[in-house]
Amino acid sequence: MKTSTYLLLFLAVVLLAAMPLLLTPDAPFEGADGMAEEIILEINPEFEPWREPFWEPPSGEIESMLFALQAAAGSLFIGYYLGRLSARRGERGNKAKIPAGIAH
Amino acid sequence: MSNFPYKRQVLKGSIFSGGAFLLVLLSPRAAGAMHIMEGFLPWGWSLFWAAVSFPFVFLGYRSLSRLLITNPNYKMLLGLAAAFVFVVSALKMPSVTGSCSHPTGVGLGTILFGPLVISLISTIVLLFQSLLLAHGGITTLGANVFSMGIAGPLAAFAIFMLGRKLSLPRWLNVSLTAFMANMVTYLVTSLQLALAFPMESGGWAASFLKFAGIFAVTQIPLALSEAILTVIVFNFLYSYNHQELSTLLNWPKEVQAQ
Repeated sequence: MKTSTYLLLFLAVVLLAAMPLLLTPDAPFEGADGMAEEIILEINPEFEPWREPFWEPPSGEIESMLFALQAAAGSLFIGYYLGRLSARRGERGNKAKIPAGIAH
Repeated sequence: MSNFPYKRQVLKGSIFSGGAFLLVLLSPRAAGAMHIMEGFLPWGWSLFWAAVSFPFVFLGYRSLSRLLITNPNYKMLLGLAAAFVFVVSALKMPSVTGSCSHPTGVGLGTILFGPLVISLISTIVLLFQSLLLAHGGITTLGANVFSMGIAGPLAAFAIFMLGRKLSLPRWLNVSLTAFMANMVTYLVTSLQLALAFPMESGGWAASFLKFAGIFAVTQIPLALSEAILTVIVFNFLYSYNHQELSTLLNWPKEVQAQ
């Protein structure tokens, strides 16, 4: 894939995420699991969750920090690995031609 | 013994997964996990899904240790598949239904390592999210592992194999696989909730439609995003790590040439 194709694909992901915000600006955008909770209580008003989470992040800020950490740790590894791959190919130079099919 | 150096690694893996399983098994409310909130499945269902998921995760663990013993080089690639699940499952994205959800990221790992290995990876991610993020839960772990780590990947793997048989273009096959992994995960989540909470009129089918209306519809644009992200990473791997990838996937010549 050409670099421009990669960029276009990334742009598509950004647009997919931005579209709902533009289309339904007044929506609450709460978690889908929370909405399921409402339906459960609608179907069975007496149901009570019989178990609380062991530990809950004390605030939304801390929760988003943990989520950011999770994403950052994953991205770090992906970047490291993909960087290593591309460096490996760079070192080999043109000696090892990549098989046909990558210019996809 | 030539593979002796990896014994320690396998041992460490065993202790970790053993601990995870024990936690699931011994916790009196042992069960499901990810998108179903803690405590929101009746305990019978919790146990049921834990029992259904356990053999898959166990087989996943076995096939993973076997893979690493014969091919320790795949460790990095395996890390990549796990890291991908970590990243995208932390991305809560807005959707057209006016609510938010997140992709699963299991499609990539399913393509690379098959559905069994990914069930173990999913279990680890789900455990992390339920313990540290109050997202999913220990009592719902079995159910969530089943939807995200077993049903989604199995369906995705079937699609991937079918796509290979039909010689679909690689990018299309990879996107379809990732899309399916995501959609099936949430359809199964809806089904699990529907079975546990059937409606008075219409039973579980009516309630399935209701839950799927939330989970599955919300998930469509996210599944598209996931498909695109998976293609990006997969194509990068394909360009830069061609050899390892075609050995791993046992890719036929015609597909390679596409």
